[in-house]
Amino acid sequence: MYEILKKEMLTPTICRMKLSAPRLAAAARPGQFLIVRADEKGERIPLTISDYDAQAGTVTIVTQKIGASSADIIAYEEGEAFADVVGPLGLPSEFVEMAPEKLAGQRYILIAGGVGTAPVYPQAKWLKEHGIPVDVIIGAKTRDLLIYVEEMRGVCDNLFICTDDGSEGFKGMGTHMLEHVVSEGHQYTQAVIIGPMIMMKFTTLTCRKLGIPATVSLNTLMVDGTGMCGACRVSVGGKTRFACVEGPEFDGYEVDFDEAMRRQGQYKAEEAEANEKHVCKIGRGK
Amino acid sequence: MPNKIPRVPVREQDPLVRAKNFEEVCYGYNAEEAQLEASRCLHCKNPRCVGACPVSIKIPEFIGKVLAGDFRGAAGVIAEDSSLPAVCGRVCPQESQCEGSCILGIKGEPVAIGKLERFVADWSHANGGSGAAVPAPNGHKVAVVGSGPAGLACASDLAKWGYSVTIFEALHKAGGVLEYGIPEFRLPKEKVLAKELEEVKRLGVKIETNVIIGRTVTIDELMDKEGFEAVFIGSGAGLPKFMGIPGENLNGVFSANEFLTRNNLMKAFREDYLTPIHAGKKVCVVGGGNVAMDAARTALRLGAEVHVVYRRTEVELPARVEEVHHAKEEGIVFDMLTNPVEVLGDEKGWVRALKCVRMQLGEPDESGRRSPVAIPGSEFEIPTETVIMALGTSPNPLISKTTAGLDVTRRGCLVADETGATTRRGVFAGGDAVTGAATVILAMGAGRTAAKAIDEYIKK
Repeated sequence: MYEILKKEMLTPTICRMKLSAPRLAAAARPGQFLIVRADEKGERIPLTISDYDAQAGTVTIVTQKIGASSADIIAYEEGEAFADVVGPLGLPSEFVEMAPEKLAGQRYILIAGGVGTAPVYPQAKWLKEHGIPVDVIIGAKTRDLLIYVEEMRGVCDNLFICTDDGSEGFKGMGTHMLEHVVSEGHQYTQAVIIGPMIMMKFTTLTCRKLGIPATVSLNTLMVDGTGMCGACRVSVGGKTRFACVEGPEFDGYEVDFDEAMRRQGQYKAEEAEANEKHVCKIGRGK
Repeated sequence: MPNKIPRVPVREQDPLVRAKNFEEVCYGYNAEEAQLEASRCLHCKNPRCVGACPVSIKIPEFIGKVLAGDFRGAAGVIAEDSSLPAVCGRVCPQESQCEGSCILGIKGEPVAIGKLERFVADWSHANGGSGAAVPAPNGHKVAVVGSGPAGLACASDLAKWGYSVTIFEALHKAGGVLEYGIPEFRLPKEKVLAKELEEVKRLGVKIETNVIIGRTVTIDELMDKEGFEAVFIGSGAGLPKFMGIPGENLNGVFSANEFLTRNNLMKAFREDYLTPIHAGKKVCVVGGGNVAMDAARTALRLGAEVHVVYRRTEVELPARVEEVHHAKEEGIVFDMLTNPVEVLGDEKGWVRALKCVRMQLGEPDESGRRSPVAIPGSEFEIPTETVIMALGTSPNPLISKTTAGLDVTRRGCLVADETGATTRRGVFAGGDAVTGAATVILAMGAGRTAAKAIDEYIKK
């Protein structure tokens, strides 16, 4: 069992949990993810790792309530435990294993959308710790949905905030923010984009327009997360790749986002049915 | 004359009833039936059945004990050579192994060795287990990667010799393919598999789930930091193959691995489990092996009309005869000499049909099977909602890529000699990770062989 050591609601629907998972914490690197199965009857849910502490043996996850399964995860309280937490899964971000001399010349812009802000944090933190210039854009629909603003400020050189409705920071989407930042003279050798599939698609287009190479982190469907099921397959540069073991990060220019979005919705009908039948487990009195 | 008695038939669930549920197809023998069947054994001086068993179970000896009514004794005899008798009694291809070499089979029907093994194992589980003594520890630590048939067999033998064995399993449940791959109706999970795993644990084997070797911890770390003197890799062949035809990434195309894992490991067929599964009204399963049969029969039970699409003829189907027979009884349609060339989608990106070409058999290939050749201009469409690709699997590169000095073949299989020793000192391997996709019992045999080699390696 994997105990929840700390739980806090970052917004009414986004929850941050610190879990005890010593083996996982010791092995985690930026860019990797994990899988949680809340209880015996739960799904295996892939979630991004938003922080890890090898010494304390903890990992932090950030979950947004979307369907029945994510609602179940959020319903857990401090002191309770998940049946299963496994990882780290996927490959670490490219910069983690980059030769130092190549890394030294890089200037990163990390672009986060919504709950995708959480996995951007360990990437910014790693780059900052290694002395690599890194700026961050956080975009959200509205001010109340912004997360990780203070945490991020501590791990990047420049933090740019934008909201669709202008309730905080720049008014507009991440794509507009990026164009604005670049027009002000900021220069980048590499962008990393993490957020909803549609946001990654359009931000990649903007990066292409601006001539910035773009890495995206794909949150595809998965069952095992170890290369066994193939539910996560995506077309990258015309080739089928497994996001769980060959990703989750790919060259955004090469990703077939339309196919990826369509495949993400593969179990929508079944999920809608499950949501209807779903009995909320809050106060399930274990 | 004992061989005058015909082979005792085994009771099975009615095909039309079982096509709608996930209960076990075969009920197995009761004590009376088992003893009657046991009376058919000739107790050959040189029993060919033992030689044909990949783990060399002393078959006539255990059958003798069944005949005498000493079922516990029979379980003890089997336990000396097999840690998974209730599994093997159900899923082994006996017709090509023990039963295939039975003298009685020359003129009539061989002894139902598999069904007898199953009876003994089930009886033993229902009556408190084999009761074999738990060995005294010998102070040596061995790590086993993967809790499938190879890993369990290797771990059991080592534990019997006093080794402290830890199995690392990537999934949340132990059993490997027995848990995620083989369906409930062929191998009940709680009633059978869980009991066998309990027996393995009773020997002192520890199973740590949720540990992915190569990601959570590496082989080097196990040996250098955690004090394991040797490692056995039984990580299986987990990566699904696809055909590489257009339309394979349409919604509604699944690997058999995904389909079966959702249903078996995640129990998607049960209303109270959250994992979804999609079968729809009509399913085409591409392939002809046991996994294809499992996927087809699962889809059928989920309510679909199911076609098995295979490029050769029924004679060449690699699946066990019993599985094909069961599938037909249940109403699965076999489209033979048919090869998919494209998956066709609707305007929303969902499968609407499988475009196939008719085949004919040409000259025999290297494997001795006549190779199928497409008939030009014979393209046609099979309307379907779902396509399940059951084309085989290959080993996962996770371990070989993260372990220095571990050689792999061109096909990604770990290189190991006949004892299971890999190119890395202290690291052994067996089962599908070495051979590519094969059977449960061959994996168990490889696990046992490697256990002997590990024992010799550590004692040296």
